[in-house]
Amino acid sequence: MITALWLVLVPLFAALITFFIRNQAKLIALVASLIELGLGFYIFTKFEPLAKLQFESNMPWIPSAGINFHLAIDGLSIIPFLLTVFLVPFIILSTFNKSYEKPNVFYGLILLMQASLVGVFTAQSAFAYYLFWEGALIPVYFLAAIWGGEENIRPSFKFFIYTVFGSLLMLIALVYMYMQTPANHSDEASIFYKLGFDSQTQNVLFWALFIAFAIKMPIFPFHTWQPDTYTNSPAPATMLLSGIMLKMGIYSVFRWLMPVLPTAFFENAFLVIILAVIGIVYGAVIAIQQKDMKKILAYSSFSHVGLMAAGLFTFQQIALQGSMIQMFAHGVNVVGLFFVVEIIQQRTQSRDLTELSGLSKSAPMLTILFAILMLGSVGLPLTNGFVGEFMLLMGITKAYISTPSFAIGMGVFAGLTLILGAVYMLRMFQGAMFGEANPKTANVKDLNWVEALTLIPLATMVFVLGIFPNLLLKLSDSTIKDLLISVVQRIKL
Amino acid sequence: MDFKLLTLLVLLLPFIGFVINGLGYKKIPKNVASLIAILMPLASFVITILLFQAFGQGGAKAITVKYGEWIAVNGLYLQFSFLIDQLSLIMLLFVTGVGTLIHIYSAGYMKEDAGFGKFMAYLNLFMFSMLMLILGSNYVVMFVGWEGVGLCSFLLIGFWNTNRNYNAAAQKAFVMNRIGDLGLLLGIFLVFFYTGNLEYQGVEGFLKNPELNPYKVDSWQMILVTSLLFIGAMGKSAQVPLYTWLPDAMAGPTPVSALIHAATMVTAGIYMVVRSNFLYSLAPSTLNVILAVALLTSLMAASIAIFQNDIKKVLAYSTVSQLGYMFMALGVASYTSGMFHVITHAFFKALLFLGAGSVIHALHHEQNIRNMGGLRKYMPITFLTFGVATLAISGIPPFAGFFSKDEILMHLYQKSPVFWALAVAGSAMTAFYMFRLFFLTFLGEFRGTEEQKHHLHESPLVMTFPLMVLAVLSIGGGLLNIPEVFAKKADWLNHFLAPLYETSKKLNPQLFAHAHLEHSTEYMLMAISVVLAIGAIIFAYVKFVVQKSVPKAEQEQKGVANVLAQKYYVDELYDKIIVQPILSLSRFLGNSFETIIDFFVEGAAQLLQLLAGLFRKLQTGNIGTYVFAIVLGAVVLIAFNLLFS
Repeated sequence: MITALWLVLVPLFAALITFFIRNQAKLIALVASLIELGLGFYIFTKFEPLAKLQFESNMPWIPSAGINFHLAIDGLSIIPFLLTVFLVPFIILSTFNKSYEKPNVFYGLILLMQASLVGVFTAQSAFAYYLFWEGALIPVYFLAAIWGGEENIRPSFKFFIYTVFGSLLMLIALVYMYMQTPANHSDEASIFYKLGFDSQTQNVLFWALFIAFAIKMPIFPFHTWQPDTYTNSPAPATMLLSGIMLKMGIYSVFRWLMPVLPTAFFENAFLVIILAVIGIVYGAVIAIQQKDMKKILAYSSFSHVGLMAAGLFTFQQIALQGSMIQMFAHGVNVVGLFFVVEIIQQRTQSRDLTELSGLSKSAPMLTILFAILMLGSVGLPLTNGFVGEFMLLMGITKAYISTPSFAIGMGVFAGLTLILGAVYMLRMFQGAMFGEANPKTANVKDLNWVEALTLIPLATMVFVLGIFPNLLLKLSDSTIKDLLISVVQRIKL
Repeated sequence: MDFKLLTLLVLLLPFIGFVINGLGYKKIPKNVASLIAILMPLASFVITILLFQAFGQGGAKAITVKYGEWIAVNGLYLQFSFLIDQLSLIMLLFVTGVGTLIHIYSAGYMKEDAGFGKFMAYLNLFMFSMLMLILGSNYVVMFVGWEGVGLCSFLLIGFWNTNRNYNAAAQKAFVMNRIGDLGLLLGIFLVFFYTGNLEYQGVEGFLKNPELNPYKVDSWQMILVTSLLFIGAMGKSAQVPLYTWLPDAMAGPTPVSALIHAATMVTAGIYMVVRSNFLYSLAPSTLNVILAVALLTSLMAASIAIFQNDIKKVLAYSTVSQLGYMFMALGVASYTSGMFHVITHAFFKALLFLGAGSVIHALHHEQNIRNMGGLRKYMPITFLTFGVATLAISGIPPFAGFFSKDEILMHLYQKSPVFWALAVAGSAMTAFYMFRLFFLTFLGEFRGTEEQKHHLHESPLVMTFPLMVLAVLSIGGGLLNIPEVFAKKADWLNHFLAPLYETSKKLNPQLFAHAHLEHSTEYMLMAISVVLAIGAIIFAYVKFVVQKSVPKAEQEQKGVANVLAQKYYVDELYDKIIVQPILSLSRFLGNSFETIIDFFVEGAAQLLQLLAGLFRKLQTGNIGTYVFAIVLGAVVLIAFNLLFS
């Protein structure tokens, strides 16, 4: 019987092996991630949407203190978990054309990161969760700092400081809550849910946790680490950061914020939604004028995550579900798009829109796949991006429908992502791919088979999820419904 | 009759064509590619006729076919489902019919183009999206097609994508449509919140049921919903203020202008309003707004068209103006006459664009009518068919446009003679600018270069055949709905579409209770508009044929003419009040504001770095060692737990 522990151990052991084997690190990493993907697929087929915790492994960690190492998958974990196991093989595959220095460490770190991410998404006890949370930060920091080149030391350090700051707040909050559990204590999430703090305590804890999550996502104004870090990090690190890691923040709201601190969650929901909506517009407006393709994607990611975050705080089933599916869709699209930029940069030594032009002539296949990912990103119906955006915008509007003018206003501001998103994405796409080719872009090679093998499945996923979103939606539907009911019942005003 | 299968075929055949030509782009020979691309919409057209017959035999009952769940979660249930009823069938018929003709034409027009296969594939994709828009049985499936046609429009406007200006036009079209789409989307949300349904029939059923429906005529909920939906229509159907993308869209190859930017896609807004007539009939205030917007749009566009010299620009503004007429009809709740004009307009406007394409083709991409003239001799078929279409759009009896426009004018008169007068003025302008175009292009002496003159030729049959068919339709299209004043019970379309408005009539009977017009009044009104149109034509004839005057270039115009030639400077205005401020904001946020936020973070980081110096001794600087230590630690911990628990 496969348990969640295995899902952490496979990449962890693979990471260990990879560290020792210098030559074949790439291949081992790929094989390990594919095994993990296989396990993920198995879990996907066996998962029971109506059951609660599944594939459970619960071991005492510090028994005398009631601290367990509890991993399991439920309706909240399953989608981010599947996202992780789906994306990592492609992130690894995307590096096959390039040789990084110290490949054993490089790929080891990626696998280590994967193990930690799976751990974050499956942990049901607070300290295991915290361990993995930190465990995910360290590898990506090294990936960014070492392979990002000289100029990335500062941005990575900024990123590190930001997130360590957040983590510290989170640790304090978790420890405090742990101390409040009844005799002999427990760090189980399910026990935390039963802690009935008064509103004031909840508010303090809320901000401690929320800031940690908000930095990871990021939510305005906790985002300034993001554009520089995304831009200067090596492509795989950027993909890990934007594709999966930012979902740690969103997921954590589902698991560790909403059900643990329902009253504070309710009291602060409006403020957070405002911040998130500001982020949507803010990121999109800045993205319009950027020249660096990676920067455009960074700000676009910031803008998109704002919509997901806003949805989390609406108390609407439809928006929470939208947030779930959008996590997956955004991960697929953004990883694909960062890879497209990486390919363009490898070919032309540039990702500056003022220098690029007319790539479609010599690279039609790249153009088509780029176009598909772009359409997913702007949320065209029948692509993955539409489903989430539709549900999120509907939920946000519905949350305020008792004051229609305000509801429409929120819908318009949040919905600006549809308009501004089209502006910056089309500008980027047309700028790089269309127009007359110049000496830099005239004779680029189209995709080779490794690149095609990476992009085609991602592009396929754009349509699969756009047409059959229920494949994922039904996995989390009943869990989110129960979550919402239990949260609403426990709000004490 | 298996509706489920047939409907699926209608929808999917063009998509299959797109996939084949798309994947085989550059590998499939042009002949084969065009054959595939033409056969698919043709097959859809034939199947549509079958559906039409079966629908009639089945007692004209609306049929919903479902193909499975799309988004199904607690609180929202959406299926891929399609509705066969009077409205979708009528739309299907002319979209697939005119669409097929334009596909045939394109096979000739684009023959020399390097991207031929891609072009045909995009046209097929457009057909698929348009059919999705028409067939969807709920607002969200319609929205799929709605955005899909927007995408195709984008792809085809920027088809010659090495040209940056064309790309800008494509982007403008997409973005401006998206502005409308956001309104539409919010409208769809409100439909759902207020009626608990997204299916058209569900919404209608809800409103029809007095026990459920709490909304009175002109309740603010209905006004809000319909206004938001109408914003979507403004974008797609190019109404003020969201119309400026359409003239720019002429950057696309001419068959695209005919198919997408004249005959089919741009009428989606009218379709959507007619589809939602039960909502709009509950919101007469919104209808008044629509009427005002439509009048403004059609007069503005018509006046601009008078001073344009680009053959396609004239036709583009005329499309905007004619769309205005369709919305006027909706504004006075005369939904059928709006639809009637949609259909006749599809015939004659497609014909005009294809004729213009034929001219442009013969003149090797010359589009300026100042450099044309005398083409009658060289291109007789194009000349004749274009003439028919020009008469039709000018509202001269017995051509198709006369009947549909006349019906709209009558309904406007019933609302108020003032509206009627304004619309007639627009109609006279239409006759003038269209005949100005016609005379300058086909009569007189050729004003182009010798080189061009040398190459002048009539287009091949593959292009003239669609012209001839459309000419027949532009002549006879009026037969669909002959007004009662001419013949009893000849208004087939009125009867056919009547079931669509039953709910509306029940909910707001007052809206449809017009004072009946005396036949004498009707004749008189008709006579006035026709005489004015003929007067405008004579005026154009005297000016451009007898006096042989050639219009000035747009930039040489003075005074009022200059304002019109420069399109009221609306593009410049939008740039000043919308685009530039957003760009400034973007620069401010990106360059200054980000630094300010960062300043605080950097400060904190510096402080920490200072502290970090104290602990530096512990660091070896070898990343491998760190990582190894971390992983080993984790593994040991877990292994320890596994073994000793």
